[in-house]
Amino acid sequence: MKTFLRLLRMALAYKWWMLLASLLGFLTVGSSVGLMMTSAYIISKAALHPSVAVLQVAIVGVRFFGVSRGIFRYLERLVSHEVTFRLLAKFRVWFYKAVEPLAPAGLQKFRSGDLLARVVSDVENLEHIYVRVLAPPIVAFFISILMWFLLGMFNPIFSLILLTAFVGVGTLLPILARTLSSSIGQQIINAHSQLSVAAIDGIQGMAELLAFGQASRHFERFGNLNQKLVNLQKKMTSITGIHESLMNLAINLTVTAMLLAAIPQVTTSALNGVYLAVLILGTMAAFEAIVPLPTATQFLDQSLSSARRLFEITDSPPVIREPDMPSPQAQDFSIEFRNLTFRYPGSEKPVLRNLSFTVPQAKRVAVVGPSGAGKTTLVNLLLRFWSFSEGDIRLGENSINAYQSDVVRNFIAFVSQQTYLFNGTIEENLKLANLQATQNEIEKAAREAEIHDFILTLPNGYKTHVGEQGLQLSGGERQRLALARALLKRSPILILDEPTANLDALTEQKILKTLWKISKNRTTILITHRLSGLENVDRIYLLRAGQIVEDGTHTELLQRNRIYARMWQIQNDFAKFEWLEQRK
Amino acid sequence: MNLDRRLLKFLRQNRFWVAITIFSGSLAAVFTILQAAYLSRIIARSFLQKAGLHVLLPAIFSFVIYSILRALFIWMQSFSSAEVASRIKKIIRNQLAKKLLQIGPVGIRSERSGEISNTLLSGVDALDAYFSQYIPQLFLATLVPLLILFFVFPEDLLTGFVFLLTAPIIPVFMILIGNITRSLTKKQWKTLSLLSAHFLDVLQGLTTLKILGRSRDQTENIYKISSDFRHRTMNVLRVAFLSALVLELVATLSTAVIAVEIGLRLLYAKMAFQNALFILILAPEFYLPLRLLGTRFHAGMEGVAAAQRIFEILETPATVTKTGQKKLPSVSSIRIEFHDIWFAYESGARPALRGINFRLSEGTKTAVVGPTGSGKSTITHLLLNFIQPEKGHILVNGMPLHELDPEAWRTHVAWVTQNPYLFHGTIAENIHLARPTAPLQEVIAAAEKAEINEFIQSLPQGYDTQIGERGTRLSGGQAQRVAIARAFLKDAPFLILDEPTSNLDPEVEARIQSALDRLMTNRTVLFIAHRLSTVYRADQILVLSRGKIMEKGTHATLALKGGLYAQLLGAYGGSIR
Repeated sequence: MKTFLRLLRMALAYKWWMLLASLLGFLTVGSSVGLMMTSAYIISKAALHPSVAVLQVAIVGVRFFGVSRGIFRYLERLVSHEVTFRLLAKFRVWFYKAVEPLAPAGLQKFRSGDLLARVVSDVENLEHIYVRVLAPPIVAFFISILMWFLLGMFNPIFSLILLTAFVGVGTLLPILARTLSSSIGQQIINAHSQLSVAAIDGIQGMAELLAFGQASRHFERFGNLNQKLVNLQKKMTSITGIHESLMNLAINLTVTAMLLAAIPQVTTSALNGVYLAVLILGTMAAFEAIVPLPTATQFLDQSLSSARRLFEITDSPPVIREPDMPSPQAQDFSIEFRNLTFRYPGSEKPVLRNLSFTVPQAKRVAVVGPSGAGKTTLVNLLLRFWSFSEGDIRLGENSINAYQSDVVRNFIAFVSQQTYLFNGTIEENLKLANLQATQNEIEKAAREAEIHDFILTLPNGYKTHVGEQGLQLSGGERQRLALARALLKRSPILILDEPTANLDALTEQKILKTLWKISKNRTTILITHRLSGLENVDRIYLLRAGQIVEDGTHTELLQRNRIYARMWQIQNDFAKFEWLEQRK
Repeated sequence: MNLDRRLLKFLRQNRFWVAITIFSGSLAAVFTILQAAYLSRIIARSFLQKAGLHVLLPAIFSFVIYSILRALFIWMQSFSSAEVASRIKKIIRNQLAKKLLQIGPVGIRSERSGEISNTLLSGVDALDAYFSQYIPQLFLATLVPLLILFFVFPEDLLTGFVFLLTAPIIPVFMILIGNITRSLTKKQWKTLSLLSAHFLDVLQGLTTLKILGRSRDQTENIYKISSDFRHRTMNVLRVAFLSALVLELVATLSTAVIAVEIGLRLLYAKMAFQNALFILILAPEFYLPLRLLGTRFHAGMEGVAAAQRIFEILETPATVTKTGQKKLPSVSSIRIEFHDIWFAYESGARPALRGINFRLSEGTKTAVVGPTGSGKSTITHLLLNFIQPEKGHILVNGMPLHELDPEAWRTHVAWVTQNPYLFHGTIAENIHLARPTAPLQEVIAAAEKAEINEFIQSLPQGYDTQIGERGTRLSGGQAQRVAIARAFLKDAPFLILDEPTSNLDPEVEARIQSALDRLMTNRTVLFIAHRLSTVYRADQILVLSRGKIMEKGTHATLALKGGLYAQLLGAYGGSIR
């Protein structure tokens, strides 16, 4: 209920539009009622053979309603789409605004594209809340009032019968539909996800299944799950069928009740017989407003669970607190980690333990170590994506907690192993780093990142679209674009988080070469688990299980002949084969 | 008309339930007509003859009975159409799964696996609306109006003609305007999905935007794009909805025309009141199935689109064609010979092996080295019988491989891949895959030999920990050791090994290495090598390039030969030992 009210409050921003759409919906059904009632009136009256003049008004009425229904329906569809699109903008902006400060920590659960896509479809569910959930009961309500007065003109008893039927059908059928389908709905979701897992396992793991002789067993299991899902879906359709047919029955039983109430009145002339057909056909037509109610409750449930999932995300507390004071002036661009200890919320094991080291201004430092050592956490803290409580990170002689997070990020140009390129042109993607950049500056950055010549070979040069519709860029090209983007930002600090992790050895060599060139005069931290080219950094820190276990220059560390040297050996053992495998 | 012959074939196979669907739909229509007849009679007699309730009660009773029967048949129709749809979905999905197995892991390229599993699930589900809604409605939209005409014509010729003339207008208009508006609505849906894609794009790239200091501008941007979309779409919709307006007008105006027309004839006593009312009640029922056809047409469209993809898969030829029934006599050692093996992918377009000869003797280790694309994994796939050579033959202990029953042959082979697939389930189940009947003790023993037992025991739920798609993620090194445990559990005489790639943690590295050493002892081994230290120890090295064996021999002989292998030894960066 609370979720519903929150949702309603947001939707109410467009209450006048919604009211207009509901009014038009009401007029559409009202026209049907009018059409059937006046038609019934014409033929009933005509059966008494009066003069044509008596029917003139009614004939005009029939023609009017015949036309108006279509027109009202048309307008109603236009206005309700207007509402939907306005809600679309509203909900998307709302969600984005709520989630932007939380990212990326708040979105960590949704790292996989699938889950994020579900968030998007949840937002879409909310956009349809007016048309699917709110409109049907509102229209039903107005039609009930209309019918109350229309039938009340003949006798209040008719109003009472119809209202009872409306309320009964409008509440009982949705409740029935819900009780019958809710457990099956859940079962279908479960069966669907089980079958989906079996399908993915069967396709991606097919080689293993075949090799281990388990393919036919898996096929059988898939068949059973398929049978189960299909049967459940059949049950669901049958339930929908039940409420369709019950709705039909309810209409006719209401008609019967009307007949039973009206016929004695006609006999005693309490009701003019002319109106008997009017009454019955009007009753039948009015049910059009009740028919959509059971589906509306289904959509309500759907919208509510979507809303609950979204609120859960938007309600999570922000991970960092911005300082109340204005950001201090940075003295220089050195970085110092001071006794830094960090654990992710809900986990006992610290990822970083009492970490201390310094990166002097304009020097290059590499942090190396196996995956899981805490390298990426280090970056997340430095970029102010997470906040820490023990120890300190100092940037330009001040704690980074004293800076607004925007200011910190403005100091830093960052390249990660997976460069995200937006669906747009290359130029747009580069310009994101610096909106004021001129064409010259963009080309200069691209040249330094050694991607300019490649861009020129593309059909539309800098205006070439990246991603879905067109160009597929190789890993190396993407990383070069990322470097160009980092250069355009003109930040004094450069942080590189496994920039070559997804590249082959040859491309890696080339990118690293570019990297050493552009990192000159910048405070640079290179995070990596590959030990290539580390002769070029001023100092290497070996991180293992959240602690620095060795440090020194490349030569020093090799001479020390401990973990770093062993890693270097293993890497070389493989490196020759990488060389061989890339030979064409 | 949206009728795919291949889909209709499935209807024919289920003709019993299809017939029941049509039968119940028609009966429901008959009861609708009977209801209308009784209702008009009841009203007419009460109105014109002032008949009392007691006189009319039997007729009212019949009306109620017909109402119940009608409701019953409406339900039966939806029940049986659901039956049709579910039977067909089940068959098609199982056929697809079976076909995919025939296409095999090599035929299904891994990058398409997401799309294929989507077809297997949502694609097949999309057929539901086609079979349970569109097809039955297609029958009903023809049958019900005809039935009503059949009753209306004897009652009133003129109305019959009005019905007959107006009825075709609806489908004709639907097709005429439908074609125009369908492309409009399609375009609209496409922009709508672009809009969603943009939103997804922004959410996915949120971290990047934040780092670049651009994330807050996006609020404005999202609003602006959504509003632009609204303006553009509303312009389209203003036109698109006109088609619905026309259809609505045809149906309501026809009702209005009929009301006036029969009203006037009643006035001049050319018609009876009861007949007039009967027709008036039926008029909306006459147009309803035709209008429903329009809405269900769109539901069916989705199914037809999905069907295209489904049949594309179903019509793909099987990869492995020759399979025998023979079984190897129970053996403890395996010897393999490749005689002039040729193979090409994409039906000859991409040659992978060009005349390969080699021999794997009992209990020896052979390393395969060579550039990416030289044909190393093709050899593995041939040995597992995922594919078959175009020319030449493979002998296993002297018997041709293609004469063996593939499943029986694979019981003699253990295979460790570089990126092992972990199935959704517990760790124990994942190791059990190698031998489902093995007792847990043996699973644990295998894990111990693979040096992963300690790690598994350290997990809160131990061997019952859920892994795979939706469970705990194992690291690359852990997954590799699970695969090694599988191979230990299988304990087959022939081992195919794609050596795991670098894992930088020296401790993990050492463990994997010692596990592999143990696994390779006392078996015939073919391994695709990725590191020098293991190649040293091979009994035989095959150097592959562009589908040919360039060099063959031991480390010692090849190192002196001055070929590709010798180049490899001297290549790249600093040296070890």
